[in-house]
Amino acid sequence: MSLLELQSVGRRFGALQALSNISLNVDQGELRAIIGPNGAGKTTLFNLISGFFPPTEGAIIFDGSPITAVNPAALVRRGIIRTFQITEIFLSLTVAENLRAAVETAMGLNLRPWVSRATRARIEARVAELMDIVQLTAKADRIAGELSHGDQRVVEIGIALSRAPKLLLLDEPTAGMGDEETHLMTALIRRLNKDQGITILFVEHDMAIVFGIADRITVLDNGSMLAEGNAAEIAANPRVQSAYLGNAA
Amino acid sequence: MSTPSSLSRTDAAATTTNPKFNRRVIGNLLLGLVLIAVPFWLPLVGGYTDLASRVLIYALAAMGLNLLLGFTGGLSFGHAAYFGLGAYGVGLMLKYETHNIFIALLAGTVLGGAAAALLGPIAARRRGIYFSMITIAIGQMFYFIAVRWNSFTGGYDGLTGFSRHPVHLPGLTLPMGSLDFYYMVLICFGLGAWGLWTILNSPLGHTFVAIRENHKRLTFLGIRTQRYIAISFAISGTIAALAGGLDAMYGNFTSPNVLEYTLSGNFLIIAVLGGMRNFWGPLVGAVIFILVRDYVSSITHNWMTVIGLIFVVSVLFFPLGILGSIKDWRALISPRIREQDAP
Repeated sequence: MSLLELQSVGRRFGALQALSNISLNVDQGELRAIIGPNGAGKTTLFNLISGFFPPTEGAIIFDGSPITAVNPAALVRRGIIRTFQITEIFLSLTVAENLRAAVETAMGLNLRPWVSRATRARIEARVAELMDIVQLTAKADRIAGELSHGDQRVVEIGIALSRAPKLLLLDEPTAGMGDEETHLMTALIRRLNKDQGITILFVEHDMAIVFGIADRITVLDNGSMLAEGNAAEIAANPRVQSAYLGNAA
Repeated sequence: MSTPSSLSRTDAAATTTNPKFNRRVIGNLLLGLVLIAVPFWLPLVGGYTDLASRVLIYALAAMGLNLLLGFTGGLSFGHAAYFGLGAYGVGLMLKYETHNIFIALLAGTVLGGAAAALLGPIAARRRGIYFSMITIAIGQMFYFIAVRWNSFTGGYDGLTGFSRHPVHLPGLTLPMGSLDFYYMVLICFGLGAWGLWTILNSPLGHTFVAIRENHKRLTFLGIRTQRYIAISFAISGTIAALAGGLDAMYGNFTSPNVLEYTLSGNFLIIAVLGGMRNFWGPLVGAVIFILVRDYVSSITHNWMTVIGLIFVVSVLFFPLGILGSIKDWRALISPRIREQDAP
């Protein structure tokens, strides 16, 4: 069953046609990679799906209903959560405080000037659960701004998970990471997909990661779709090889 | 790491560990005892009770301001407006309507709080310097109303002709001298501090802090941050109004000075000096500010120069404020909290 469907989506900025005629289906439970050279339109595609701006052509269907002109906050409530190329977390708060703020938001408690002990226990249980999923329990009381870059990205994913996303959009989740951090991040992405059953769409430059974990791969080039398929099909595709893999070296 | 079952027994503090929470509660209780005992120990060190009342009034106003400044990230240059509305509200009520100081104080607080609740949403539409500019503009509006509406407010000369009347309780009359008034101020200070403390340890307070930290992140979690900045503004203005009401009763007098932006600046200095990321920072700032003003103004009219020097030195050498810097030094000594780590 398809969770996200793009029907001939395009986006124009003035004279620039950033994306044109993108049609793709992401199945429930899929781990899908979006690849393409710089300027191919990957981040624009993310911005369209997460509602930062609407497409100028085509329609986007999520979970059976059109979301073409829905704003980001409403999309968050429907279950589309994204992370950013630049990590967006609460830097001078601890890891636990970062997740607590996110969990309270997800529970809709923001307006409460006080909470009962039972509610507080529910909040803390959820915070502990999230820290367990992203394996940050040992760093619960560390200030987020003093963590490594890799751990900060993991905190951001923890924040995203607080809303129990149906679709998680990860924009270059391993950018700027060392080998070990990259390994931990890919392991986390795989766990979220297989154990938590979250449908994930991610933009990634590292081909080893893409071919290693993605169920299917969509290749963008110059704002249009070049190819789509599993790792073997993409690796064997001559158009992809000439347009992307060849140039990337 | 605490398990959920042990956390359910934890009380209302935003901490994950019990010892830290207990230390904070014990600290607050000790502070309470010190403040209750002020009339007994302050004369021994050369102070007088009215001085302590003034410290607590300014501390309360600055703590109210600090909810917006230090915990929500909104720099208001106009909080004197709400402080002043509280003061004029109390003065006018006592002069024209009632001799009951509690009703007058309630009315002044509601007046200032309502103004903050109505005007906060306007300022909250903008961020950064534009937010600050709007708060100044709004604040100065009330200043000019107080100056021009001579017949009602007393104009430049200020509002006189009211006083804090004795309180009649069943079988007991409190004359409301310096001592009684100090305890009234202390009770108001305690209520205000308790309210702020409760809020800061609630989801609402966590939302304020998250806005300060990264409003973009919160927006993309589905939160309309403007609304919460406006709420913080309203609560902050209400606390400032309560302090302003007490200020009018302090000298049985109020004037347009309490509405002027220089007073807003003084509250900011108090909060930053003591440590704006610290709950009790503004209290420390108020102690320093009032003591310096009281002591130095008996020597020279230019007491503000001394405050200015202290402020500059403190910003240069203790950018986190007095309390913030003490906490930072302690953290340096205890490596558990801090670790050298490039972001």
